Amino acid sequence: MNILPKTQKKFHLQLPSQSNNLALIRELVSKVASQVGFDTDEASKIELAVDEACTNVIKHAYSNNANEMIDVLIKIDNRKLIIIVSDKGKGFNPDKVQVPDLNDSIKSGRTGGLGICLIKTLMDKVDFSMKPGLKNQVKMIKYLR
Amino acid sequence: MEGFEVTPNEHSGISILALKGYLDAHTAPALETAFQKLIDDKKYNIIVNFTDLNYISSAGLGVFMGFIEDIRKNSGDIKLTNMKPKIYRVFDLLGFPTLYDILDEEEKAIEKFNKPS
Repeated sequence: MNILPKTQKKFHLQLPSQSNNLALIRELVSKVASQVGFDTDEASKIELAVDEACTNVIKHAYSNNANEMIDVLIKIDNRKLIIIVSDKGKGFNPDKVQVPDLNDSIKSGRTGGLGICLIKTLMDKVDFSMKPGLKNQVKMIKYLR
Repeated sequence: MEGFEVTPNEHSGISILALKGYLDAHTAPALETAFQKLIDDKKYNIIVNFTDLNYISSAGLGVFMGFIEDIRKNSGDIKLTNMKPKIYRVFDLLGFPTLYDILDEEEKAIEKFNKPS
């Protein structure tokens, strides 16, 4: 059953920055994506990309500080879905995040970088805007085909 | 609510972890605990059965990256089986199939542990 209002074009979630909220964020994103007309496969890609962006905020921007808030804005445009994940935490330099070499990561025990790599692969367009402490933003777009 | 379960089992000296539900940054520590227990018990031949796993994010994949080196140093391996296509896609996107043994069925993984080529 889909209980989301069909005419609503914008959904805004503000939740404590803690990992037990990821399931709720995924559920909303997945429902909105399905309602817009994305098939199950595409909706699951959007859901995963948003999970990755929010996980980065929880773990890295706010270092697991649940007193901080995570902000997710979902906008339905004519033929696209725009999702903006924002925080006021540490931020990062998106140009310095490289696709990790799995072999090296395994040997060094470092598991970072996978999330950003997935976001870029799963979404059609991704923009990063970083102002550490003020507003960091990951804007993700998926087009309906 | 979306949960996650790890059920440990054993088959002729091979440890099997059956995963169920949703594996993300919130639930990944439960899988880490299960792997750590196997390593503490010096059980290095491990199969992870994904039949009932419906979701995985990179936090879940990170768990497999964190333990594989240690396990292989001890002449063991982690073999991954029975993934749904959408779960396999995440592993595939990040290049895991070149470094991990991913098989259709648990039985094939048991066979490979018993008769290594």
